[in-house]
Amino acid sequence: MTDGRRVGIDAGSTTWKAVVIEGDGRVVASRVEAAEPRVEAQTRRVLDELLGPAAGPRPPLGATGYGRRRVPDATTRITEIAAHAGGAARVVPDARFVLDVGGQDAKAIRLGPGGRAVEFAMNDRCAAGTGRFLENALARLHLDWADLERTVGAAARPARISSTCAVFAETEIVGLLADGVPVSEVVRGLVEALAERLAALLAQVRPDGPITATGGVARNRALLEAIAARVGWPVRAAPEPQLVGALGAAWAAGR
Amino acid sequence: MTVWRRARHLLEARLAGPAVLAVQSRRRLAKLARKPAAPPFGPPLRASVALRGLMERYYLEGRTADGARPVAWITSGAPVEVLRPLGYYVVYPENHAAICGARHAAQAACEAAERAGYSRSLCSYARTDLGTLFSRTTPVGRVPKPDLLVCCTNICQTVAGWYRALAHELRVPLVVVDTPFLQGGERPHDRTYVRRQIEGLAEAAERAARRPLRLAALEETLGRSQETAALWGECLEQGRRRPAPWFGLESFLYMGPMVILRGTPEAIRFYRALLAELRERAERGVAGVEGERVRLLWDNLPIWSELRRLSDLLGRFGANLVAATYTHAWSDCADLMQPGDPFDALARTYLSVLLNRDLATRARDLAAMARRFRADGVLFHADRSCKPYSLGQHGLREKLAREHGVPGVVIEADHSDPRDVAWEATANRLEAFLEGFAPGSGR
Ligand code: SF4
Repeated sequence: MTDGRRVGIDAGSTTWKAVVIEGDGRVVASRVEAAEPRVEAQTRRVLDELLGPAAGPRPPLGATGYGRRRVPDATTRITEIAAHAGGAARVVPDARFVLDVGGQDAKAIRLGPGGRAVEFAMNDRCAAGTGRFLENALARLHLDWADLERTVGAAARPARISSTCAVFAETEIVGLLADGVPVSEVVRGLVEALAERLAALLAQVRPDGPITATGGVARNRALLEAIAARVGWPVRAAPEPQLVGALGAAWAAGR
Repeated sequence: MTVWRRARHLLEARLAGPAVLAVQSRRRLAKLARKPAAPPFGPPLRASVALRGLMERYYLEGRTADGARPVAWITSGAPVEVLRPLGYYVVYPENHAAICGARHAAQAACEAAERAGYSRSLCSYARTDLGTLFSRTTPVGRVPKPDLLVCCTNICQTVAGWYRALAHELRVPLVVVDTPFLQGGERPHDRTYVRRQIEGLAEAAERAARRPLRLAALEETLGRSQETAALWGECLEQGRRRPAPWFGLESFLYMGPMVILRGTPEAIRFYRALLAELRERAERGVAGVEGERVRLLWDNLPIWSELRRLSDLLGRFGANLVAATYTHAWSDCADLMQPGDPFDALARTYLSVLLNRDLATRARDLAAMARRFRADGVLFHADRSCKPYSLGQHGLREKLAREHGVPGVVIEADHSDPRDVAWEATANRLEAFLEGFAPGSGR
């Protein structure tokens, strides 16, 4: 075992992520999987695969995400707010604002010195304005994430979708399609509606500089551009945006 | 009122009941002395036994009260002082609903009210109260039927509709004391207007009790209310100590007698003992939360169904609630209950309760409270049920953070309907906020 090695796990609601880092912060192994219902079993299995079967002491383990309390043998547990703040500050050293769009919630964070979250806003009461909203809507259209970029690019204009409620938007989509609105315009409308919601979330932490996007949804350029157009600051995806939370947890474990 | 009912009430509520409760209290005190503290919380307060006894006795008395003495149902912020000298047993539906909430009986009650057609958007206290009425199930055994309903709109307009519904269901007279909302300060006609209504209430109460109200007795009761409020205020002041000698979430429970027994000698005795105990703890340096690291304020009603999990969470971060706008609202009135002209004092007191005041006043009070109690942050409970209390909290949070450097977090929940509490999401948000003060404590 290398000195200073540590592990970070982000047990989210839809995906389960892990990173192993060395003392200097280099990522030596990582894993992204669909979240299994049993966090304990998933953690044990993947750690055995990444670190070799458990024998002797394991490196410090930081856990975050909704399932953090069920991650066995964690030496540190932190919320996703602290994890995404800390992780983003590591991969984008001058980051001051973070937008994390997760499966079931979205968070806007203002960073202070040392990657500490000094202010945050989150929607945590329903899945409106989260990854789940787009996922549901795409499923309705028989599309998947990979098609998103291309489909949005093909749209002449966005269809008007007023609801970001994951349930009501579906009804709207059905109506739009029935009226003969092209699929690409509906998808672009969805992206715009989500961007609207996320921009409002960001406004709560009053961004006055570029924004770093984390979480799986950050890989979607069209969405980031739509948000940037609304907040007036560039929104850039962090490198490996899905792993940022796990990375923050790993760093916290080494503190 | 039959002789038989009076005799039974006397026997159960005044003789046998209290005797049994006294024995129970002695046993509980002995048990408490043996009970080890549950870190990080300080040792349990001896006054907790007295509190339990007092509340049990109050509800026991209620079981046989109707038919034996006049009974009134009343809102928490109504001038109860005019009823006590007339011998009323006073039911506080809000307190009853809070007990249902804490004992996890609120959901079933709310559902019973919803089945009867009441909207889910209605305050969960109202739904709980109406629901227990329809289903005839309550964790307190039995609530006596009223001869009079008294509703004061100084806390919200919900109570006006709620009590009207009660009047309809129970077919008893209702007296509404309407209090104009105070924008800035009180205007001269506000007090006259409220005073006349309280005088009207006194007449209605006399009629229902078939007895005249003696002014001297009213003054005496008012004096007792004033003393109770002052003592309660002193208890809350102890939270200014560092560390605070008691755990703030408990103060929500200790507030009970201030609400339902103000104006009675029992309440005064209780708060004297509580104050003495708190002072003694403070002298000895006993902490409500050992190793107190974070001092917080609480705004709005508590989340009755989640007191346990909320305590655990705060404890993990070494965080104590050192003051709350909700509990302090009940001590503020001490200065207003001045002797001399009781009806005038009552009008002043009940006009200027917290929820009848504008946001600017609330912001000023909150900032002053943060300073006095040296608070590190504020927890704002956006209570789905209580619209008047929750309105403007985001603005209050902003103002406090920007102008006074005291950060805050808004958590969304409900004071008693568990269906409107998403605990995991609430806890997550709270933890994220607390991590800012005590990094790495989230375990
Ligand atoms: S709405 Fe608020 S003030 Fe009115 S009864 Fe409900 S909790 Fe009390």
